[in-house]
Amino acid sequence: MTDLPGYPSRRGFLKVSAAGLALSGVALDAKAQDAQPPVPLDRYEPEYLTADEWAFVMAATARLIPSEGDGPGAIEARVPVFIDLQLAGDYGTADDWYMVGPHDAEAAPDRGWQTPLTPAGLYREAIPAFDAWCAETHGAAFAALDGQAQDAALTALQKGEVPLAPELSPFFATLLANTKEGYFADPMYGGNHGMQSWVYIGFPGARAAFREWPERHNVKYPLGPVSIKGERA
Amino acid sequence: MARQDKKRDVVIVGLGWTGSIAGIELAREGLDILALERGHDQATVPDFKYPNQIDELKYGVRLKMMQKPSRQTVTVRRSGDETALPYRSLGSFLPGNGVGGAGTHWNGLNWRPQPEELRLRSYVAENWGEEIIPEGMNLGDYPVSYDELEPFFTHFEKVAGISGKAGNLKGEIREGGNPFEGWRSEEFPMPPLPTTYDSSKFRDACLAAGYHPFQASAGIASTAYVNPYGMQMGPCNFCGFCERYGCYQYSKSSPQTAILDALKRMPNFEYRTESEVLRVELAEDGKTATGVTYWDEAAQEEVFQPADIVILSSFSLNNVHLMLLSGLGEAYDPLTGTGTLGKNYAYQMNGGVSLFFEDAEFNPFVGHGANGVCIDDFSVNQNDFGALGFIGGSYWRSGTFNGQPIRSMPLPKGTPSWGAGWKEGIGKWYGHAMSIGSHGSHMAYANNHLDLDPTYTDRHGRPLMRMTFNWQDNDLKMNQYQKSRMEPLAASMNPDVMQSSFKGIGAQYDVRPYQTTHNTGGHIMSETAREGAVNRYCQTWKAHNVFAMGAGNFVQNTQYNPTGLVGGLAYWTVQAIRTQYLSNPRPLV
Repeated sequence: MTDLPGYPSRRGFLKVSAAGLALSGVALDAKAQDAQPPVPLDRYEPEYLTADEWAFVMAATARLIPSEGDGPGAIEARVPVFIDLQLAGDYGTADDWYMVGPHDAEAAPDRGWQTPLTPAGLYREAIPAFDAWCAETHGAAFAALDGQAQDAALTALQKGEVPLAPELSPFFATLLANTKEGYFADPMYGGNHGMQSWVYIGFPGARAAFREWPERHNVKYPLGPVSIKGERA
Repeated sequence: MARQDKKRDVVIVGLGWTGSIAGIELAREGLDILALERGHDQATVPDFKYPNQIDELKYGVRLKMMQKPSRQTVTVRRSGDETALPYRSLGSFLPGNGVGGAGTHWNGLNWRPQPEELRLRSYVAENWGEEIIPEGMNLGDYPVSYDELEPFFTHFEKVAGISGKAGNLKGEIREGGNPFEGWRSEEFPMPPLPTTYDSSKFRDACLAAGYHPFQASAGIASTAYVNPYGMQMGPCNFCGFCERYGCYQYSKSSPQTAILDALKRMPNFEYRTESEVLRVELAEDGKTATGVTYWDEAAQEEVFQPADIVILSSFSLNNVHLMLLSGLGEAYDPLTGTGTLGKNYAYQMNGGVSLFFEDAEFNPFVGHGANGVCIDDFSVNQNDFGALGFIGGSYWRSGTFNGQPIRSMPLPKGTPSWGAGWKEGIGKWYGHAMSIGSHGSHMAYANNHLDLDPTYTDRHGRPLMRMTFNWQDNDLKMNQYQKSRMEPLAASMNPDVMQSSFKGIGAQYDVRPYQTTHNTGGHIMSETAREGAVNRYCQTWKAHNVFAMGAGNFVQNTQYNPTGLVGGLAYWTVQAIRTQYLSNPRPLV
């Protein structure tokens, strides 16, 4: 525990609370996590996505956050797993949202989410529609295109140049938002594998205790991240 | 057939800041009190404990502490010419849910209004004449003065545990505080919090420009603290998870840290969660309420709860909705100007500048929601409205408040939103950007209002409330003025890159990006029953045993975050109930 900055002062304050107990689990959890490497992406069995949808999400996220260059790509961060699990859960089914009709899917984007589709439904309907456009325009489904053609197709999708039904208009913005969520969310949601994305930018994750740091001006915080389950990177 | 429960002295609708204040103060009078809370129960332990709360996806993005639109939402249109569409997923504003309400997930920015803001129409008339008031602006005076509210601001600040330094102590201007604030009868309960690097750079630039910087007034503990109810707070550790989160540290002021545990120990107080009030029931003569009808989620039935006094202390928008559904006044009609319920809905006019310094280390995750150095040099009581061509002002603030990377990833304009360029950009710029924000006033206008939607209904079959709202030129001009003053100051700090974000003339209200949850007005205070929904004690003009708490009382919005005024007004109202109403229930005006 000596590598947790600010820990002694925090322990003094929290010693009688359940938070103190949670902290004491850090080291044990880290060991348990290290012992279990995750299923490789090519053997992952999606909870929600079909095989074709999985192939699309793998290919699209790999272009949205590519592997080349510094820092992990979406594939190294296991973003497709995150997206699959989110769509299988209450985000996918829009449980918290007001989904009562009538729906005006043609409303301007600044009126907010107005499609009758849930996020899961949006992926289900938009992927084949976009793949069909890719086949017509570029000669193959998205996942089968080369990187340059994939980038061109995604750019067209982002600019609204792919003629999709109005109900599908939030698709690119949703896919991009979900990709970044999976890149930066706590690893317990399936993405940000090994906290590599946090390491890359210098975000310390769930450390959340910086008592002596406000007045250390212009000094880079030195410690790597911890996750909610207590893993370290 | 509704179940009917035993009569109570007081029923409280919504257990956030103001419901908790009413609960504990009226319980101390010996009254039998029931609070009904639509959402779930939640407490620091176990609900906000470390590390579970340090979860940006769950709380910051999926908004699990917030009101679920599937249960309650509004429809929105920008003008009477548009068809209002439901606010289906949360974006622009985030009403809270559950015990503690928005007081649980706020940032902790606690301000008092300037005295001039509470008598703004008179202030304008005295200095420039009423002819500078633009057509369509419902500019008003609050029917209560700063001097009358001062003891109640002071008391709320002691309860909530506010850190800061007085700039105006009984009229004496004090170094290090805000020289443009209203007078204070006492120093802050706790000293100011420490200053982060970005704040200190901003302070230096302000001093060089001749401005008057001060540390933000914060509902964040800077020391160990015990409040008047015996509730204890511990000093903040700058974890960076305030807004959208419950505080795991007992450092952020909230109903949980300041009131609820003391209140729950009182035998004459009871609260029920998952109990959504559907309407206030009026007596046959329409002059008093007999109680409320609520939906008991566990029993899956409606319950009539009789009570002698009804306190409406849900979020401002939900208060207005309940009042419209219950006939607690006449709905406002913008065409004729008649009616009062839904009138003067207002919001906040904000902007800001981002500054990028390639070689600076800001550690943006080291912060809290009310962190920062502020100036009030371009605030309401400093601006020459006649010369500038608008009515209003703003305060500026610079300070790290969260470095959570899904949402807080400022990048220079021109950085691609995805692909290799985006990935390179986040690696290059995360931790090397700071911002200065302008948090500005928002006036009330004839055409920004709330009423009932003709099309969409909630799960109980009640019409949703409809919000008609768009930005108005007066406030946009104010915003552009702030931009013209902030950009030179930002440039004086010599950033490698800087960029501004201020709405300009013609801007349309966009419900998607988060802006602020300072939704005000709709059941405004007034001198006469013709002008507003409640009198100077926040007692409804319609039914004298119904009192409405919260920012719905605001005549127009101030330039500040609303909680300080909301808390002060709540103690002012409770004082009137205790000292004037209980002994002789009647209209107090």
